[in-house]
Amino acid sequence: MKRLPVLCLLLWLCALFYAGIYLFVSGFLLVRLEVNRTSGCDDVLQPSGARRDFCGAEPRFRRTLLLVIDALKIDFARFDPDNKSPRPYENKLPVLEETASRRPAHARLYSFRADPPTTTMQRIKGFTTGSLPTFIDLGNNFASTAILEDNIIHQLGNIGKRLVFMGDDTWENLFPNKFQRSLPFPSFNVKDLHTVDNGILQHLYSTMVGEDWDVLVAHFLGVDHCGHRFGPDHPAMGQKLTQMDGVIRSVMERLQNDTLLVVMGDHGMTDTGDHGGESQKETDAALFLYSPTPLFPGPPSQSEPEVVPQTDLVPTLSLLLGAPIPYSNVGQVLLPLFPAEGQTEGAVTGLSQLEALWVNVKQVNRFLETYSSMARDIPSESLAALRDHFSRLSATYLASSPASSPASTRELVESMQAYLSSVRETCRATWARFNPLKMAAGLAVLALACLLCFLVSQASGALAAGGRGLLTVPLKDPVFDSLRCASLLSDSYVIAEGRVVTFLLLSLGLFVPVRLNWEGRLLPPLHDPQKPPAGLLPPAPPPAAVRRESYVLLGCLGLLVGGAYLSSCFHACREEQGACQPSPFLAPLARLQDSRRKNLQYVMSLAALGLWTYLLRRWLRHYGNLNASGGAVLAARWVLPLVAVCLGLHWAVSGTPEDSFRNLAELIGVAQVALPRAAFALLGLGMALLWADPITVFLKTRGPAPGRGSHAAAIPPLPPRYRASTGISPHAELQHLIPQIYQRMRRSLEDSEQMGAGEVDTRPAVEAYGLGTGMAMSFLLLLLEMGALLHIHASATSLAGLQGAHSGDFSVPWTPVVLWSLASSQFFHATGHLATFPSIQWAAAFVGFPGGHAGTLLPASLVALNTFSSHILFGVACPLLLFWPLVCEDDAEDAVMEMRLRENPQQFSSALLQLSTRYLTILGAQVLASVCAAAVLRRHLMVWKVFTPKLMFEASGFLVSSVSLLVGVSLVMRVDLAVGRWFRRLLPDATR
Amino acid sequence: MWDHEIKAMASSHAIIASSVFMATVVPAVFIRGFSVYGTHLLWLSSVTGAVSVVNVAVFWLLGISQPTKKHTIGYKLSRLVRSCLYLLLSCLFYHTVVVLYGAPLIESALETFSLAVLLTSLTTLRCLCVLGPNVQAWIRVFSRHGAMSVWDTSLQITVACSVIGAWLGAFPIPLDWDRPWQVWPVSCSLGSVIGYLTGLVVAPAWIHFHRKQLTYKCK
Ligand SMILES: [Zn+2]
Ligand SMILES: [Zn+2]
Repeated sequence: MKRLPVLCLLLWLCALFYAGIYLFVSGFLLVRLEVNRTSGCDDVLQPSGARRDFCGAEPRFRRTLLLVIDALKIDFARFDPDNKSPRPYENKLPVLEETASRRPAHARLYSFRADPPTTTMQRIKGFTTGSLPTFIDLGNNFASTAILEDNIIHQLGNIGKRLVFMGDDTWENLFPNKFQRSLPFPSFNVKDLHTVDNGILQHLYSTMVGEDWDVLVAHFLGVDHCGHRFGPDHPAMGQKLTQMDGVIRSVMERLQNDTLLVVMGDHGMTDTGDHGGESQKETDAALFLYSPTPLFPGPPSQSEPEVVPQTDLVPTLSLLLGAPIPYSNVGQVLLPLFPAEGQTEGAVTGLSQLEALWVNVKQVNRFLETYSSMARDIPSESLAALRDHFSRLSATYLASSPASSPASTRELVESMQAYLSSVRETCRATWARFNPLKMAAGLAVLALACLLCFLVSQASGALAAGGRGLLTVPLKDPVFDSLRCASLLSDSYVIAEGRVVTFLLLSLGLFVPVRLNWEGRLLPPLHDPQKPPAGLLPPAPPPAAVRRESYVLLGCLGLLVGGAYLSSCFHACREEQGACQPSPFLAPLARLQDSRRKNLQYVMSLAALGLWTYLLRRWLRHYGNLNASGGAVLAARWVLPLVAVCLGLHWAVSGTPEDSFRNLAELIGVAQVALPRAAFALLGLGMALLWADPITVFLKTRGPAPGRGSHAAAIPPLPPRYRASTGISPHAELQHLIPQIYQRMRRSLEDSEQMGAGEVDTRPAVEAYGLGTGMAMSFLLLLLEMGALLHIHASATSLAGLQGAHSGDFSVPWTPVVLWSLASSQFFHATGHLATFPSIQWAAAFVGFPGGHAGTLLPASLVALNTFSSHILFGVACPLLLFWPLVCEDDAEDAVMEMRLRENPQQFSSALLQLSTRYLTILGAQVLASVCAAAVLRRHLMVWKVFTPKLMFEASGFLVSSVSLLVGVSLVMRVDLAVGRWFRRLLPDATR
Repeated sequence: MWDHEIKAMASSHAIIASSVFMATVVPAVFIRGFSVYGTHLLWLSSVTGAVSVVNVAVFWLLGISQPTKKHTIGYKLSRLVRSCLYLLLSCLFYHTVVVLYGAPLIESALETFSLAVLLTSLTTLRCLCVLGPNVQAWIRVFSRHGAMSVWDTSLQITVACSVIGAWLGAFPIPLDWDRPWQVWPVSCSLGSVIGYLTGLVVAPAWIHFHRKQLTYKCK
């Protein structure tokens, strides 16, 4: 197999994965662009001529009380007197139907249809903005949850209403500082049915009778939590609903004439008490409107809607309270609440049906125009049809006079309603619908890609082994990987992922010597004095060598275990993990108050950095490197220490308190820009040089070629029995390959170290953030653990070789590859990252760029480098798994084996292909698992909080890993190519 | 020969298993409020004690242990001392491993150590009883061709089952079910005891059904 086909095959497999991920994500993740404009009182919403101050006019209602009962399904609100044996959730809220039928002019009960995703946060966003929020609303603020889109809370505050909130603390995150008074209660614990409700009830009535509020929002969570915990069909639900019945009754008693009461559910629930999807049980909530003054012109007529879309609440409430309709609203006003044209006998001020609809239509049209100029996801033909409809409407409306006939007025009203409905339907079709076909296709493509990867790895393994083992399916090794994949299907395990991965890594690590012992390879075989030495057995290996190798293995295992354990000191905490202390190392240096601790941490980071630089250099020297005069060698020698110096200085600068060196402020400012940029530039330069001229080793050829320079490291005496076909020491030959790759790895280590550890956000006046200096130690651990892993693999291989069980090929077994992937996920967590969006370390984008950025590409790549540093490192360094066992055999006898890599380019390529496909298979299986989790559990309470972020992180992690794997593989090939060329150049010199 | 040994093993295993049951049931009769979850440490110590005593007694009575070469009192004493040392080291080893696996370091050190003692009594003590204080032999037993008698095979099976049981016992801990048995270390110790009982049942059965394939080198 040649180099190019291997690369192309890998590329193709990766592309297959990407296609699968893309298909699934485009069907599953609903994306919408946020329009960041707000409506104002002076918007020209009135028909021309009749322009009046919209906000200044006396509104229909002065105050409103919004009781949100989470997951109040319409079935809960219905009352059927004929039902003799009601289920626990039936007939428990008689107050609603009772009032509606006894006082039809004052109250009405509708079924209130939510749009998917039916999760509380998205719903609150939906019924306050009047739009159809999706999982990803592309707005300005990806990091915080606050709603920036125009919404009714903002509008009401704007026109001077005093807002009071109590209940579910989600509101407090969505609308920070919007409420005059706010009593949030923790919503996270689903087991807890009463904290939020009782907290509200303590304050609700006393607040209501007071006069210091205009809009009161109370969000009860008990019904929802009861559903999640027990399901709707449980006596606890009956109790909860009865309690709510009492609450509504007491609220209605205390209601004053100028107040509108809205009782609503944000979504329904399935028969198991969950929600999030789009089945009717989940979407149909209840909406109950009541006012002590007559609200409706008459009893419910035939033409009245049975089902009210959730978006319709916003325009209705806005117009009733005298506020502009929020900019992005796509709902339509609830007509029964407005008096028909000419029907003004009720002495209520406010807009007539036609006027209200016109205001609504103009606002929706304006939003549609703005949105379609920003995004292209609404199909153009439906857009054209809508535009056409609107121009017809506006022409008719402007031409109509107050004296026009009722029939034509009714026609106009219907036409306007049709326009609003079709806009809403168009938007809904674009934003609020999962695409099951795409999801299924994506899943299928991903599964196919995984299978293909696996098959290719098996086939190339067979090729590398010379045709053997094509059909042997590994059974034992992937157990740990399948455990890891299975763990992605449970929200608890995803939340505790850092520890789960560490647990599995340790288990698999400890499993290695146990299995070696089981196969009788850990210890030298016992010599039985009774047994005569059998002739057919291979000669026993020297016990001393075996024992030494075993000790090395166990030592490395200790290092691995210790590293994994210590790395858990660097974990961050998810909000779901109740009693969890985030790592103190995550705090930026400048924020530490205690100066002694700060100094200690700085010194420790510096020591870690120094040790880490030293170790890498030491390793390179050990392999006789860094001695030629080429550019790459120069870079390799100097870049690393220079970068380390830059980093150290940078941390020092960013760690100093701003006010301690006032006169040096300018210098500090310059240093904060220059140092990280110098480090970036040096790294880039080093990498470029390395790619251009990958040979950094200067070889001493065998025979009469000593004048070519001296070899620094002592090359062991050349093996006498080595058939020197090319005249070059096999060691030197190999030392080519390895340091190259190793340097590469180091390069990228350094690179992401830079990202991870040197992040500084230095807005001039603000404190300097020396973010993540503590992480230097974590990266040291990473390096150590990587080395330990490689060494374990090498020792295990050489033990196998020593005991005569070596199969004679270069294939890398599954176990080290699985270990490798586990370690890569482990260090994702050990660098203080989590699979949640708020935990992304945004400050990384400002390292070296304290003034901010103009574009988005640079900060995005900086943040990606920071977030996925561990994926990059492990991906690029993955080919090392192939070389390490060969490097570590410094036994002269085995040098032949290393040479075989060169002598068998066929096997070499296949082994490389096998290794990469195995790694890809494992990563792909993880992506597949998280995709399955998102698809299967899309009704789960935690889908938007746990599974979807996990899916996004897993998918982008796969992207980064596979790209770095490709880079690593192509670098190996580049080196191989360069070495081959070099060989040809050297050959004439060699003794022939 | 085979039948005899298997029968002896089955009956001894039955005795040991019943001792575990007794250690659970008897204190429940005499101590008020005794339960596996509620008074977990008490249960742990009672099971540990019962298993240790019964194991030592059974193996001593059956005379399975390696025959000592010398019969001097000094030699026996040194064996005893070494055995105790090994037991202590094994407790410390298990404790370290469990902590490395993610058990809290300081908070519930007593619980962790009790688990380590339980694991020692289920595994190391049995090794000591069957093989004597000889670490080389212990390591040798856990290789594919290392078993030299039926007892070695049963040792392999029970030790593996107990350790795997404890390992599996850690799985439910992160789940958010809020059950009493998810509290550290209840699930792990329950897992290891259940694994041990399974091993006790499986070992004779497995040997019985595989006696054709089993060939032991002479001792
Ligand atoms: Zn909800
Ligand atoms: Zn819910």
